[in-house]
Amino acid sequence: MILSAPDRYDVVVVGAGLAGTAASYLLAKAGMNVLCVERGEEPGTKNVMGGILYRQPTEKIIPGWWKDAPTERPIVDERLWLLTQDSMVQAGFRSARYGEEPYNAFSVLRVKFDKWFADQAIAAGATLVTNTVVEDVIRENGRVVGVKTGRDQGDIYANIVIAADGVNSLLSKRAGLHGELAPNQVALVTKEVINMSREKIEDRFLLNPNEGATIEIFGDSTMAMLGYGFIYTNRDSLSVGVGALLSDFIRKKINPNVLMEHFKNHPMVKKLLEGGEAKEYMAHMIPEGGAAAMPPVYSDGILVVGDAAGLSNPIYREGSNLALISAKLAVQVCVEAHQRGDFSAHALSRYKTLLDESFIMDDLRAYSKTSQFFQKKPEFLEKYPGLLVDALHELLTVDSVPKRAKQRKILRQVLANRRPWDLAKDAIGALRSLT
Amino acid sequence: MHAVVSIKQVPDTAEVRIDPRTNTMIRTGVPSIVNPDDRHAIEEAVRLKEKFGGRVTVVTMGPPQAREALREAISYGADDAILCSDRRFAGADTLATSYALWKAVLKIAEIEPIDLVLCGRQALDGDTGQVPPGLATRLGWPQLTSVLKLDEVDFAGRSIQVHRAVEGGVEIVKSKLPCVITCTREINVLRYATFPNMVRAARYQPSLWDKTDLGIDDESQIGLRGSPTIVSKVWAPLRRQRGTTQVIDGSDPQEAARSLARILMGEPAEEAPVVAERGTDG
Repeated sequence: MILSAPDRYDVVVVGAGLAGTAASYLLAKAGMNVLCVERGEEPGTKNVMGGILYRQPTEKIIPGWWKDAPTERPIVDERLWLLTQDSMVQAGFRSARYGEEPYNAFSVLRVKFDKWFADQAIAAGATLVTNTVVEDVIRENGRVVGVKTGRDQGDIYANIVIAADGVNSLLSKRAGLHGELAPNQVALVTKEVINMSREKIEDRFLLNPNEGATIEIFGDSTMAMLGYGFIYTNRDSLSVGVGALLSDFIRKKINPNVLMEHFKNHPMVKKLLEGGEAKEYMAHMIPEGGAAAMPPVYSDGILVVGDAAGLSNPIYREGSNLALISAKLAVQVCVEAHQRGDFSAHALSRYKTLLDESFIMDDLRAYSKTSQFFQKKPEFLEKYPGLLVDALHELLTVDSVPKRAKQRKILRQVLANRRPWDLAKDAIGALRSLT
Repeated sequence: MHAVVSIKQVPDTAEVRIDPRTNTMIRTGVPSIVNPDDRHAIEEAVRLKEKFGGRVTVVTMGPPQAREALREAISYGADDAILCSDRRFAGADTLATSYALWKAVLKIAEIEPIDLVLCGRQALDGDTGQVPPGLATRLGWPQLTSVLKLDEVDFAGRSIQVHRAVEGGVEIVKSKLPCVITCTREINVLRYATFPNMVRAARYQPSLWDKTDLGIDDESQIGLRGSPTIVSKVWAPLRRQRGTTQVIDGSDPQEAARSLARILMGEPAEEAPVVAERGTDG
């Protein structure tokens, strides 16, 4: 048999998730010879996302994408729940403005969306090879010049490698960009897709046809671990999940499946899921370290994008947008590097500069602060939800006690649990960490 | 050497759903794969190519989505792939399918003479194994079915010797070339696609041949019209009665053995320290 010469590409992208496919699409559009390698049988089969994709950042890749792409429901109602064992405090925002063009966000099922997204990249001229695991980078004289796949004759050479292989990126580890992630830098999320009829979803979540809702659920949903649960409405299913910091699972010796069962069986949650049929079960890690945990995102011949670069802002449920925007910036740098014929770390450092100048790093620096603050203050999860629920319970119980007496009682209860000085410090600290 | 492999895209599921009205399979929404026996036929053809040189052409009849099966065949090392697709082919039984494939094989042979046609023994969905014999009959070529091994292949001498699986044994048969061979899964061990072939497959666009391309004028031979087979009834065999599983605590082996013996002897289960009990699907 004739052995074909090793292929050579302008750019090889590892991973066909949001970041990898966006990069492949934009590179192909820019006329570059791009190959994308995905380990799953099809794009979207190996990744896990809660399931909300934002309209505006995605339009930076494909304008008007939502008109063609397979989406589930536009989100018109975003709710926040704080749970204790038997009670719930809720807040939310619902607007008819979100139910019409140009929309704000959509629930999506990644198996469907990613396939469509990859088809756009292929139509633009990218080559996508699935079912193939990239196992290592190829180095020459210390610089990355390609990747090794697990297949025969599987060495691929490229001017630039884009690592878009997700959280805990094997490739950036092999490239020496970072070591193992610390348990407090990643969350572990378990998710189920639960089938339910459209009518039932619309009735239960108070939605008009083709409207969607999200619920983020804090407090008892995570057994006092740092994290949250969520319920998102799809067309005829719900995405239901819960996650917490890996270090908290370890510290509290809680098994993720136990947490998921605990969450689904909370009386407030159970009622919403009743009669649904679990269709898929999945689990994944989410980068949680913010800016502080980010690896170097470039080196000679390699750029790191999306989750692989630790780009995620879980408290605002952002990650997909950061993946897309980082891919766009990386592509800009790839194009410039090819114009100059310079693929050195120095040339590629421009990617970090662009990231720094974008909203991404600003948000991620803030997120580091938030995450670190709440990690140091377990009382926020362990004490405050209960105090708040007790206070509201006292206030709203009609029992012929004067309101002033009730207020005094609430204050006494709070102060019995936390000294005034600590309360003030917590309040200021929380505000600071969030702003 | 020019080998043609005729393949079929089949639904990838053990639970094939049947349309209760038409008694035919519902294929929408079910992921598709290359029929497992056909993968071995492709592999065997590629092995012949590696040994003797030449080309492997893969052909299938099916809807446009069957392109994916052909791409997969390219990734296993086939050189060319042809999709015979036409609305008028729809509803074909094995007779009408073998007619369209016969026309396709004739047309391929016009481009380059064929030494042998390889097929899988039978398809995962229909399980009839009738298309390859139909094809051989229409071609007027010998057919070697259920082949376990290609023993001696002599392209110059235009002959082939194979091992066939027969009831209770193996039959060694010699035949003239060209012929039609149907492959069992024992014929070879599948290999993973090489990376260059994966790239080639990702970019490959199979040729599309419709009724006119195949030179078919007589529509009574193809599709539903050319299919005398009538499926009168399809049903799933009854499920066996549900049994129960008893888990015996194994911390004390002797006691566990005693418990097992008691259960096997048909003594009441209550006496045994059964720690869990759950139903299973037969």
